[in-house]
Amino acid sequence: MADTALHGPKGPKPKKMLSRGNIMLYGTLIVVSMYYLLPLYVMVVTSLKGMPEIRMGNVFGPPMEITFEPWVKAWSGACTGINCDGLSRGFWNSVQILIPSVLLSITIASVNGYALANWRFKGSEVFFTILIIGAFIPYQTMLYPIVIMLREIGLMGDLWGLVLVHTVFGMPILTLLFRNYFTAMPEELFKAARVDGAGFWGIYFQIMLPMALPIFVVAIILQVTGIWNDFLFGVIYTKPATYPMTVQLNNIVNSVQGVKEYNVNMAATLLTGLVPLVIYFASGKLFVRGIAAGAVKG
Amino acid sequence: MSYSVEIKNLDLSFGAVQVLQKLNLNIHEGEFLVLLGSSGCGKSTLLNCIAGLLEVTDGQIFIKDNNVTWAEPSDRGIGMVFQSYALYPQMTVRGNLSFGLKNARVPKAEIERRVARAAEILQIEPLLDRKPGALSGGQRQRVAIGRALVRDVDVFLFDEPLSNLDAKLRVDLRVELKRLHNQLKNTMIYVTHDQVEAMTLADRIAVMKGGKIMQLGSPDEIYNQPRNLYVADFIGSPSMNFLAGHLVDGTFKVDDMVLPMTGYHFADAQTADRPAVIGIRPEHVATGPLAADAPLQFHVTIDLVEPMGSDTLVYAKLGQHLFRVRMDGQARVKAGETLPIGIDPARASLFDKKTEDRL
Repeated sequence: MADTALHGPKGPKPKKMLSRGNIMLYGTLIVVSMYYLLPLYVMVVTSLKGMPEIRMGNVFGPPMEITFEPWVKAWSGACTGINCDGLSRGFWNSVQILIPSVLLSITIASVNGYALANWRFKGSEVFFTILIIGAFIPYQTMLYPIVIMLREIGLMGDLWGLVLVHTVFGMPILTLLFRNYFTAMPEELFKAARVDGAGFWGIYFQIMLPMALPIFVVAIILQVTGIWNDFLFGVIYTKPATYPMTVQLNNIVNSVQGVKEYNVNMAATLLTGLVPLVIYFASGKLFVRGIAAGAVKG
Repeated sequence: MSYSVEIKNLDLSFGAVQVLQKLNLNIHEGEFLVLLGSSGCGKSTLLNCIAGLLEVTDGQIFIKDNNVTWAEPSDRGIGMVFQSYALYPQMTVRGNLSFGLKNARVPKAEIERRVARAAEILQIEPLLDRKPGALSGGQRQRVAIGRALVRDVDVFLFDEPLSNLDAKLRVDLRVELKRLHNQLKNTMIYVTHDQVEAMTLADRIAVMKGGKIMQLGSPDEIYNQPRNLYVADFIGSPSMNFLAGHLVDGTFKVDDMVLPMTGYHFADAQTADRPAVIGIRPEHVATGPLAADAPLQFHVTIDLVEPMGSDTLVYAKLGQHLFRVRMDGQARVKAGETLPIGIDPARASLFDKKTEDRL
């Protein structure tokens, strides 16, 4: 029979662009994204204005005259207490805390997770349970005991003390992350490697590590953002000379003396948030893949 | 005569669950032994014990007269092929094949020689520089076999290697595997739940259940002389017909039917009278003109017919009992008809009702 002889609906079903469902869906999406984007817009705009323009009170208006002065001041000139070298010092402190903390915690946690997933030993389940309980202990209860411990080992106020704290506190959740990822890998792969004569480290480096890239990216993002954004540990376990960026940001923004320099504060806040932001943009795709992989298999 | 693999009094338990019980098994040099059983019978566990991937609770394992009970998997002289292939995804085929040799610090030239030889035997030479992700299921399994092959091992262990392949490929690889065994003449231990694989490949089959070996014998013995009810029921598709009755004076009586067991080889000529079960394979039931020549003749009423092309499976009623008969593919029978059948007691199996052992 020829095509023309077909009656009634045929072929692909026509789609209506402005259906009620679509309007609801996109309407909600637009409102929600406005909710998140508007404050960011205000911050960026304000940070590019001079103080006289800010005093005029037009919060949402674009800058009439773009100036990068507030950014420069936030980075290298804003005063916190007696120091007037801006956020730059806090930035380098944070970098010095961040890099060893991330490397150390992820290295140890990945080996932990691998061992717990593949090399069950007597008491490994108990060990794992204890570690997981660690994830649920409120940080606040541990603050003072850690002060004493750091003092006893002479790391109180030292950057390395904070590195140690971050490494320890990241351990439960990271170990869980890695253990679940490695548990989800086919067990036969591990068996095959053992038959092929690879040992504990051989299997870890040659078989497991190359397959674990997505989960490493997830761990790196979690740790980088977590440690970079940390305020509580930073303010407690360091001293003014070693304050991380977040603490210094707080000191700049909350300083009570003189005029409130909104443009400098906005620039300082954006500068502080830049590192996690860059990490998200750079690894977004891998991050989603890693989280999804863990979600489906773990 | 020394054995290739000897398993002595092997026990394995996970906590309170006993998976293998006082298991003894001797495997000859160059033998193709199949461990057959339904899931959970301990066959894969036994294989993992032989490989050294599971620690045994008690007992010993010898490979080539070496006590390897405590040895590492790589020191046992075994190669293993897994159901999921377990190829290292980030390595090329060549990397996969040479991984074990590199770990054993085999010289580079020797590695290349052995990889080339394995690739030639398995016809995977064009695939050597590909990653496993770019291979088909059959090719992957060939690489997995190659990984065992390059290591020049005494014993090959196969853990359901064909179960992940589609039906047609499975048959092809089964034939290839048999050819490979004929060529290499290594000892091979092969775990499967597929009785066709077991029957076609094995020199001997060990039928397992509940961590014990129910019967160890050639495919012919397993099929024709099942040692107990479990083996009789497990082997054969469609499975055996069982009728429960009594053995009286060498005659089997069920309801009002009488089956004189003339020609049946009793294990013990003086078998006493007892409750018993007779097992008759659907394919051993004579139909058509042959039925009249059989020593025992009955009439059954056809209940259901399943034409399968090569043959026809008939579900019938013998007295009140369901009775399966396998007929020729050309048989034209219909439900409701009466079918004359013939049974030869010599081909039947008799079991003690209580102990379930063959009489």
